[in-house]
Amino acid sequence: MTVELADWASAEQGEDTPRSIHQELLPADRLYQRITRGAGSLSLFLISAIGLFLLVKSWDAISTGGTKLLTDRNWAPMAPVKELGVASLLFGTILVAVVGLIVAVPVSIGAALFLTEIVPRRAKGLFVSLVDLLAAVPSLLFGLWGVYFMAPRVIGLSGFLNKHVSWVPFFGGKQSQFEASVFIAGLIIALMVIPICTSIMREVFAQAPPAEREAALALGGTRWGMIRTVVLPFGRGGIIGGTMLGLGRALGETIAVALILGNVSPATWRILGGGGSTVSSAIALTFPDSDEFGISALMAAGVALFILTLVVNLVASAIVSRSRSGQGVEL
Amino acid sequence: MSLLDRPPSVVLGANHESDPTDDAPRQLRRIEREDIAELLGSAVAALAIQWLLLARLLPMEGAPAAVLIWYISFLVIYRFVAAQHHGKLAGKDRLATVVLWSFGLIVIGALLLIIGYIVVRGAGNLRLNFFTDTLKTTGPLAPATEGGGLHSIVGTAMQVGIGLVIAVPLALITAVYLSEVGGRLERPVRFVIDAMSGIPSIVAGLFVFVVWISASKTGYSGFAAGLALSILMLPTIARTSMEMLRLVADGYREAALALGAPRWRVTWNIVIPTARSGLVTALILGVARAVGETAPLLLTAFGASVLNTNPFSGAQDDLPLFIYKQVRLFKDAPVDRAFTGAFVLLVFVLIAFVSARLIGGRARARR
Repeated sequence: MTVELADWASAEQGEDTPRSIHQELLPADRLYQRITRGAGSLSLFLISAIGLFLLVKSWDAISTGGTKLLTDRNWAPMAPVKELGVASLLFGTILVAVVGLIVAVPVSIGAALFLTEIVPRRAKGLFVSLVDLLAAVPSLLFGLWGVYFMAPRVIGLSGFLNKHVSWVPFFGGKQSQFEASVFIAGLIIALMVIPICTSIMREVFAQAPPAEREAALALGGTRWGMIRTVVLPFGRGGIIGGTMLGLGRALGETIAVALILGNVSPATWRILGGGGSTVSSAIALTFPDSDEFGISALMAAGVALFILTLVVNLVASAIVSRSRSGQGVEL
Repeated sequence: MSLLDRPPSVVLGANHESDPTDDAPRQLRRIEREDIAELLGSAVAALAIQWLLLARLLPMEGAPAAVLIWYISFLVIYRFVAAQHHGKLAGKDRLATVVLWSFGLIVIGALLLIIGYIVVRGAGNLRLNFFTDTLKTTGPLAPATEGGGLHSIVGTAMQVGIGLVIAVPLALITAVYLSEVGGRLERPVRFVIDAMSGIPSIVAGLFVFVVWISASKTGYSGFAAGLALSILMLPTIARTSMEMLRLVADGYREAALALGAPRWRVTWNIVIPTARSGLVTALILGVARAVGETAPLLLTAFGASVLNTNPFSGAQDDLPLFIYKQVRLFKDAPVDRAFTGAFVLLVFVLIAFVSARLIGGRARARR
């Protein structure tokens, strides 16, 4: 015993490196690790499979379409003269999403500030639950409500804007069908995006450091002054990230937009009247009548949408998690 | 003497000059009568301006325009009233408070309008036969109370059930990996789960169409719809479960490991039972997400008007498709029937949401 100890001590004196801690796992534990890692990486596999399969399937349309994908103004892969304007669909998608965000972002910032700073403490839980409930309402119901409740009530406003504010480049022009417009689709999208943006922004605003808040108030600032100088600058990353996340949702929204726009029509700048389509609504509306080539063309549009939303979402989560305020916020 | 003529000092001072010896703490955030008067006065004045503008000057119609004009004039008037009474800074603060309140109320109001409208339009035509009949013999001109959504409810139950059977084990094991095991893949997997929750639902439908329906030649089926729904549920359930597993105190894990338990036993016998109600919440949130999805089902289940109890072959209906197809008939009675379906769907979603909240709330309270 003693000899062994001495040996160990003398050997240790020469080299001062730390002893490596090697932990032998039980076989069952190794299996457990392997299984969980396998299931975890399945999602990695799944997302690449989605991209890959859609790309392969859309190859037919992409190779026939060529530059027509970018130049055609309309989407009619089934017509005698095929029109494959994926770019025009993407344009419509982005236009609807941007209209939605222009409405949704200010409201979300306001609602998030309301939930973190203003609302009476006792009512806070209820209000937060209600905002979350808005996120749980299916998009189909938003679409129904938009078509039968909101559109008839908003067209007066659309008509007014179209007639009297026509110098704004997005308004004006000869318009019909104010109900089936990008404007109304954007308003509905805004409603669907608001709860998503609000919950991200709320979490970020709630993390504004209390010491800085109290310093602002102790210096004699009003509550609004405190919000303006502490909470909003602190939450900038969350505002941007929440907006991007909302953009990702808005780009992919399908059925509500399909119900409001009703059919696929050429892209247009004018948002108040009929016209314009989005990728996802075009897929939903034309899929049932598509033949082999039509489906391939839809896949091409789907790939474009998939890549677009993936990039937007990844950028959003990167922005939120890298900003000072967003650390620890789960997207 | 009107409120506007009174010097601001009287309004402000009234509260604490009344009894200087009173040592009770001053009440913060108390709403004075003057505050209410200011708000009401501005609101009424704005109403008058709105009437003047809409009825006499501007050719605009519709409630949104009226509300918009009223709101803007209300803000302008209130801004001056508040600035005059409380000074510039405090006036600004009051204006901001009012604006933020209105943003909060806009969101809540929109929610109540949507729910209220669907309930009002849908509940009236709901008869018992909605749960016992199908649309087999119901034409587009039949009255809205005729025909039913039995085939759709059965389809929804089957498709969501299949989706759950596929998604829950995968999501749960993924959550265990992210929360308990970890390793080199942890960051990319989390990243991808986040990205997956943002995938447009229609893309999931296209994917299942490619890999299952057109590859296996089985045609549209409820099972394919279940596959698409499982892709959509997976990220929701995985992320919520991961958060719930992380809520389990580390002391439990360390105590179990110190007693010599293998890691898998720690997860299986300690962590998962402790987080059980949280995991149920995750599952219900996944169901709530899946039950209202329409777009992917259009490409996978396709929809039908008759009952199909075999999810592995043939087109199958479900509640969202029922609503969508009825609306797209563009006739009065089918649209009313769609609203009845929408009402039933909304009730399902509300039940799921509320029970998730109740169970989840209990989970958090027990911690």
